[in-house]
Amino acid sequence: MSETAYVRTSMLESQPPPKSEAGALGWVRVNLFDGWLNSVLTILSLLAIFLVLYGSLPWIIQSSWTATSLNECRASIIERYGEGVHGACWAVIRERYLQLLYGFYPSEAYFRPNLTFILMLVAISPVLFPVLPRQMLWFSAIYPFLGYWLLWGGTIWFPVSMVLGFVVGYLLIVVISKTAGALAGVIGGALGAVLYWLFLAGSFASLAHAVIPIGIAEVESARFGGFMLSMTIGVTGIACSLPIGILLALGRKSDLLIVRSICVGFIEFIRGVPLITLLFVASTLLNIFLPPGTNFDLILRVVIMVTLFSSAYIAEVVRGGLAALPTGQYEAADALGLDYWKSMRLIVLPQALKISIPGIVSTFIGLFKDTTLVSIIGLLDPIGLTNAIRADAAWNGVVWELYAFVAVLFFVFCFSMSRYSMYLERKLQTDHK
Amino acid sequence: MATQAQSQRTFTPGMLIYDTRYRSMTIQVVALMSFMLILAWLISNTVQNLNALGKGVSFGFLNQPASYDINQRLLEYTSRSTHLRASVVGLLNTLLVAVLGCTLATILGVVIGILRLSHNWIIARLMTIYIEGFRNVPVLLWIVFFMAVLIDTLPKPSDFRGEDATASMLFGDSVAFTNRGVYVPEPLFANGLGDVSIFGLFEISLDLIAILIVLTAGILAARWIRRRADRIQEQTGVRPGTWYWRLLVVVGPITVLLIALGFHLGFPELKGFNFKGGTYMRNSLIALWLALSFYTAAFIAENVRAGILAISKGQTEAAYSLGLRPSSTMSLVILPQALRVIIPPLISQYLNLTKNSSLAIAVGYMDVTGTLGGITLNQTGRELETILLLMICYLVISLGVSGALNWYNSKVKLKER
Repeated sequence: MSETAYVRTSMLESQPPPKSEAGALGWVRVNLFDGWLNSVLTILSLLAIFLVLYGSLPWIIQSSWTATSLNECRASIIERYGEGVHGACWAVIRERYLQLLYGFYPSEAYFRPNLTFILMLVAISPVLFPVLPRQMLWFSAIYPFLGYWLLWGGTIWFPVSMVLGFVVGYLLIVVISKTAGALAGVIGGALGAVLYWLFLAGSFASLAHAVIPIGIAEVESARFGGFMLSMTIGVTGIACSLPIGILLALGRKSDLLIVRSICVGFIEFIRGVPLITLLFVASTLLNIFLPPGTNFDLILRVVIMVTLFSSAYIAEVVRGGLAALPTGQYEAADALGLDYWKSMRLIVLPQALKISIPGIVSTFIGLFKDTTLVSIIGLLDPIGLTNAIRADAAWNGVVWELYAFVAVLFFVFCFSMSRYSMYLERKLQTDHK
Repeated sequence: MATQAQSQRTFTPGMLIYDTRYRSMTIQVVALMSFMLILAWLISNTVQNLNALGKGVSFGFLNQPASYDINQRLLEYTSRSTHLRASVVGLLNTLLVAVLGCTLATILGVVIGILRLSHNWIIARLMTIYIEGFRNVPVLLWIVFFMAVLIDTLPKPSDFRGEDATASMLFGDSVAFTNRGVYVPEPLFANGLGDVSIFGLFEISLDLIAILIVLTAGILAARWIRRRADRIQEQTGVRPGTWYWRLLVVVGPITVLLIALGFHLGFPELKGFNFKGGTYMRNSLIALWLALSFYTAAFIAENVRAGILAISKGQTEAAYSLGLRPSSTMSLVILPQALRVIIPPLISQYLNLTKNSSLAIAVGYMDVTGTLGGITLNQTGRELETILLLMICYLVISLGVSGALNWYNSKVKLKER
């Protein structure tokens, strides 16, 4: 019956893949030389990498780390590596890195900016990581005053009396709302706090200081500089601009025509002009707009303008978050009978802000990079300091080393922030993609 | 009290706060009043301060001679020209670097964005390094960095001189890269039409206008030919060959016009210690242009990549199942949808580039911030007026472009039923 000559009864041993398809060779073939276009691109990129490394590596490696001037640097490089070698003079970084980080801040007080930075991480951690105890938010609330005191120094009673303003306002709200209603309470509390700050806070601080003098050495703004200045301006700007930005975004989405037009006008105006013009306003015009005789320091003026600038951008980010929220959420809040502020505070904003966190982080990265613009109006941020260092006769002519150092500093900071925001984006994604 | 008559109950002042019908009005009136009060406070402060300084608000300085020099310019300008003319020259310089920058940034950004999606392992990694490197370092640093590169690495004009010249001109002695700037051939017209003056403020070359008119007419004619081909195809099913006609109507008239105008190139030549003739682009312009383009290209590349990734794979598969070729799939299905995602952020990158061009002041390129907001401000001491004008310049550009963007967005918005 059986005409079939042969039937296999057992499986064949599986063969290893051909050499050209497996292992490193296969990977190279599939990923690098897959078709003529890819081959050309691969060869071109290898060539580009080779040229860049060939040009820069000898310069980076054949360098000098110990010298006190550029000439000494060049001499030591020629002595070690032979005639005609142009190596980097990293000695300038070794000698001046503290200046690039802290500007002209007194060196015995470097622990203060360091402490401020560490405390800042502590202060923002409960905002970023919900697992941490909620009580830590009290520290976050006090931090701005603490940070100000640590950086600028002086008597501790000044920030304390500023904090007291909030306490005064809160007490007034509690007392007045019991007798005259919630709205009168809010108005009375705000008014009381402002009046306290305007007329009482200063005298209270000086009185308390006279009785119990607690304080640390004062550091004037002119000594601020370097990376620390960028951090101060950037962090203060973004922290102050968040509440303003949220209000602006709510105003822009509001049904009230006049409120909406004011918000739209402000946002579009700020977004339409370059930051540098606003910094010009800070350096030349801001004092003209304020009551005669007002004169406060340039860093504060810059912080004010940077805050206004970034609040417009934050407003647009938050508006994106508000728009991304399904209409059902707004309607559900209304259906529960919540009033406007309650529905915003309890239902809409928590979700909208969660969506906008990556946008807020990237706004912060942008703002942080833009703080380098203050060098144009004469503040000593890292780029401004590279010019200041070159003005020293010993280091006249050093360009690349300083730029490379500043670039690496900014890159490390901004890159890690952007990675963190991408991580957040993945973590916060609640839809199932 | 018309509202009182309409409402059933009698009106009490408390209703202004507690009745939702009136509350919105109350809030708006209060908001408007506080806004006006703040504005009035600022203005009265300003007036007081200006009086104390002994200066009023006046734009008369615009007609005074500027008495400073602008080394890179598109218009005729001498140091005897007015501040107004200096501002216009500066504004044109801003627009020049913005247009140049947007063009280069778009080309680079699209190429890099597509290459980052490549299956080629090494090129995708390289493009990622490029994008992250440029995005995470301040643009101001890139601008000063490019300036330093140009000054340090390019040869001095004197290196081009003599028998043992260490540097030489490129492209058949037509382009010279020096550490003072780049010299390229300039277009010249043997029998040009001359200039026409606009408001006595600046002159526009009639040759340029004629060329633009002829070019636009040619492109319009080419589009008409294409539409006609579409019509014929719809009626008969056969598409007439058109590309040679379209090429002819665009290229033909412009060639005739250029020959009639006696078009020729003026080459830069080394005379004495420097180059003469040709169009001279200073290093500040080149550095600014390259830095802004490379920086913005990193952002555009991310936009392009996001736009292409946003189109779901089902679209490609659907197009293939309809029998479209890969090239038609790209041009008819993927690109039109991807462009809708790409163009809005692309335009806002253009705006960012234009605003970032105000950093020209760091390398000494005389844009509108450098002329109006820089030297004019310092010479005249008119901070309020100059910064106001400066902001208006940028606002007009920004609002104009975003208006165009809104128009485009409403045009390409998904038509949903």
